[in-house]
This record gives sequence, structure tokens and C-alpha cells, in this order.
Amino acid sequence: MTPVGSRDTSTVIAVDAMSRSAEASSVASGDIDALRFLRRRKVLVLPLAILAAFVGVGVLAPYLAPQSPTATDLGLKLTPPAWLADGVAERPLGSDQLGRDILSRIIHGTRISLITSLLGIVLAGALGTALGVIAGYCRGWVDSLIMRVADMTLAIHIYILAIVLAVVWGPGLRNVLVVIVFLLWSRYARQARAEVLVLRERDFVTAARALGCPGLWIMARHLLPNIVPSLIVLSTLQVGFVIVLEATLSFLGAGIPPPAPSWGVMVADGRALIASAWWVSTLPGLAILIVVLSVNLVGDAIRDLLDPRSRKL
Amino acid sequence: MRRFLLSRILQALVTLWLLTMVAFVMTRLTGDPLDVLLDARATEDDRKAMASVLGLDRPLPVQYAIYLGHAVLGNFGDSFKTRRPALTMVMERLPLTLELGTTAFLVSLVIAVPIGVISAVRRDTSVDVLGKVIALLGQSFPTFWLGLMLILLFAVTLEWLPASGAGGPAHLVLPSITLGWFTVAGIMRLVRSAMLDTLGQEYVVTARAKGLRESGVVWKHALRNALIPPLTYAGLIFVGLLAGAVVTETVYAWPGVGQLVIESVAFRDFPVIQVILLLFGVMYVGMNLVIDLLYIWIDPRIGLAETTVRRG
Repeated sequence: MTPVGSRDTSTVIAVDAMSRSAEASSVASGDIDALRFLRRRKVLVLPLAILAAFVGVGVLAPYLAPQSPTATDLGLKLTPPAWLADGVAERPLGSDQLGRDILSRIIHGTRISLITSLLGIVLAGALGTALGVIAGYCRGWVDSLIMRVADMTLAIHIYILAIVLAVVWGPGLRNVLVVIVFLLWSRYARQARAEVLVLRERDFVTAARALGCPGLWIMARHLLPNIVPSLIVLSTLQVGFVIVLEATLSFLGAGIPPPAPSWGVMVADGRALIASAWWVSTLPGLAILIVVLSVNLVGDAIRDLLDPRSRKL
Repeated sequence: MRRFLLSRILQALVTLWLLTMVAFVMTRLTGDPLDVLLDARATEDDRKAMASVLGLDRPLPVQYAIYLGHAVLGNFGDSFKTRRPALTMVMERLPLTLELGTTAFLVSLVIAVPIGVISAVRRDTSVDVLGKVIALLGQSFPTFWLGLMLILLFAVTLEWLPASGAGGPAHLVLPSITLGWFTVAGIMRLVRSAMLDTLGQEYVVTARAKGLRESGVVWKHALRNALIPPLTYAGLIFVGLLAGAVVTETVYAWPGVGQLVIESVAFRDFPVIQVILLLFGVMYVGMNLVIDLLYIWIDPRIGLAETTVRRG
């Protein structure tokens, strides 16, 4: 979208620069601190390494997994992990009731977790931010409508929605994404709206409006860049939640359907075997726990880094 | 003040009205209940007769209007499965979910409040770090897996407690820990930050200056005031617990509302699903309203200021 023609270009640049400097001041201090921050918090090295591994394994899953995640071998069913008495080398973390290799399934499950959390957060973030900026900028009835719908989506029992969708569409990635967006968009909308309500009174917005910039241009060019840092912080704090949500929905049968190796599906597979073959449920659950712990540790640290106020709390 | 109250109540009603529409549309999406109710031998006439008995042959907007009219009077129709009033069926299961939710909430408070207080008082010490670790674990544990691990440890290996079902108090232990663990982190953080605020207040300094024992200052003077913000959110946290109970109920085969959800969706039992959806919606919206009212009661300035202040 281009600005309306009859305007002095230099003024536009000046207004742009004002909005950019507002943006810069909130990010730049973070950039300078980042290295020192990391050096002070050596605890973060391990979770960062785990996160890097999570992404790496997710991307390279087919090359890393020793076996196909869905290949069954009834001769090797319910083999314990290799370090136990009856373990075999072909099933390092043991096998499930169909003889599938748990290690390979966990590796491929990483990819499901990674894709769902990234897609879910991007979709929810985009929708929520757009609606939040519109609500905050337009105010009035538009604002009321968006916020009431936000209240309403939070009042809906999320597991009922998920299970109903699973019955309507059949379980799958689409349901999981819809549920994630349904649950998360309002968090972005609230935050974006709150910040826009403050920003819209700032001089650079008034200046842009005085120049005759269209509302859409102001929202996209002047308001949005200024709220991005805090939305990134918000996003890092949602990743762990979304990973657990996907696993939970899959566990309930309302998420990724078997035989896909979602970690939640794997835990569900081992539920009835908990007394005889503990590893089938325990190991995939452990993978969820380790990844989510790391994500949350790093997310908290990023929040502390970019939002020094929260450090005191 | 009165305007603020009225606008809040009106907003709550609008939210609920939107919710009834979603509930109605959502449950109609799950397919034709006649397919479940009638067997394959049913003739076209049988289908028509059944549809007209259940009111499923009318246009959707008419069905919605009838549904809304009845709902306002507390009549949510009969379950397709049992032919008993849907509301009664849900109410029969609710006590079990409430029992689980209440115990879980108590477990959560017993763990979270003391840790929250101590980590505020001994800020930046090892106790505080321990508190943070517990909060982090609380946030990161997938509920369903925690449930299975507790079963593995306490029911299978140690054989101390039953693994599933409802019954005596022993049956409550594992499910309530599983469900309560989930809210420990949130409550602890609320208590800790409220305590930090309170400990800096002048009346705390005064109490100390008077020579009161430190434990008296912390647990009586400060905690009482610090508990106000967490308590206002307690209702909302509790509703969240009840909604989250679906997962815990599934893991422990606890026959509460959560299990009824799963049974009803499988059977396309619209009326029952709608009642549960609305029940949780009413609880959620109601609790939000109560929080707003509590805030006016605690701090009358809020009622005078613009609505955007707190919502913003």
C-alpha cells in the first residue's frame, strides 16, 4: 500500500523515522544486553542446546531416525529399552505393542510438535494481532465487538470444541491448529490492543494522521512495528503451552490420529500397558517434559531480557 | 458506578448469547443424530417421524429460536441417548467433578501459598529458586503424563493407592494431585508478587517497628492483605480446573462431567453437549463478573474510571 500522493516526502520520512526510533529504543537495549545476559545466566546454555536439538531433530527427522516410525515387527513387540535385561540394539528405547521403534517414533514426533507449535502460534499471532490492532486503533463498536468475541471464545470449553471438531472433520492437524488459534488469538488481541491504545496517542501517530495517512497504513507501518517485540515475548511464552496442548489433544484422540507418532498418541498407546511395559508411555512423555521445560526456561529468560520490569517479579 | 455495573452485566449477557449460538451451531455440525438413533433398517418414514418428534425437521433458525426460548426457562431438552432431561444428566455427574476439582484446588493451595509466601520473604535465596523450579515444573508437566507416572509409581509399583475409578478418599488422592499440580505455578506466582508488594507497604514497616515477631508480621499482617488479588482470581482458576478435569478424568476413569463429554460426543448427544458447554460458559462468564464486582468493592475508584483501564 502506498501513501497518498499530495504529501511532502521528507515529512513522511520524518514520521517514519519517529515511529522507527520508538521501535528501536525498545529493542536496541535488549541487543546490547543479550550477550552479557547469557554470560550471567549460564543455566540457560543447556535449555538452549536442547531447543536447538529439538529444532534440528525436527527438521532432520527422516535422516536421523534409525527405523521407520510406523514399521511394525511383531517379533520384537514390547521389547524393553536396550539397557534392560531383554533389550535389543535395534530398539534402543524399546518398542511398543506393534514392535515399532520408540526412538524413531520420538524423533519423528519432534517434527509433529515443531510444525504444530510453529504454525499454531504464527496463525494465532497473525489473527490476534490484526484484530487487536484494529480494535485498539478504531475503538468504539468495532473494539467492543472484537473484545466480546474474545470473551466468548475463552468461555468455550476447549476440550469439547476439540472433541466435537474431531468427530466432524476426523482427527488431524487441522483440528489442532483450529483449537490453538481459538484458544490463543485473544491473548495476542488483548496485548496488541492494550499497546495500540497507548501508542495511538503518541506524536508520531498524530503526525501521520495529520499528514492524511490512511488508517490501514498507520496500523501496518507505524503501530505494528512498535508492538512486535512484546508480541515475540508473548509468543515464546506460548510455545511450551502449545506443545503440551497438541500432545494432550492427541492423547484424548482429538488431535493427530494414530499411527502418526505424535508424542501424545504414543503416551496414549502405552496407557493400558503402564503396569507391564512402562517405557511405552514414559519415554515419549519424558521427551515432552524436557522440551517444554527448556522452552519455558528460555521463554522466561527472553521475557526478562526484553521486559526488565518483569525481572523484579 | 451503576452504569459500570450495568455495562458489565450487559457484556456478560452478550457473551453468553454468543455462546449459545456457537453451542447450537457446533453441535449441529457433528452430523445427523438420526444416524445414531435409528438402525440401518429404519425406513424413510421412520426417519421423518423421529425427526419430527425431536424437532429436527424444522429450519435451523427456528430450531435455534425454540432452543433459546427453552434454555432461558432452564429446559435444555432430553438426551437423545437416554431420553432423560439433559440438565439432569449433567447435574448427576457434576458433584463428582466438583469433588475432584475442590480437592485438587485445596492441594494446589496447600503447596502454592506457603511456597509463594516464603519465596517472597526470602527473595533471591535458595528457597526462592526452589519456588521458581517448582513453578517451572508445574507449567511444563503434561497433565495426562503426570497422571500416568503417578499411577505407575503409587498404584503399580508401590501399590499404595487405587489406579482408577471413584470411591473412597483413597481414589481421590492421585487424581487431585494430578489436576491440582497444574495450577500450582499460577497461584504461587500470584501469591509471591502480591506478597512482595505488601511487604513494602508502610503498615508492614510499622508492624515491624512495633517489635512484632517476624512470623506474625508475615503470616498475619502481610499475608492477609496479599491474599486479596489471588483470591479474586481463585474463582477463575477453579473454573479452569473443572474444565481441565476432562484430561484427568480420562486418565483415571473418573466418572465426572469430563467423561460424560466424551460419551456424549461419541453418541452425538447434542442436548447434553450443549448443557455442558453452557454450564462451563456460565461459570466462566459469571466468575469474570464476580471478579469485576469484587474489584469495585475493594477499590471503588475502578467503578468510576473508564472500562478500558482494567480490561486494557
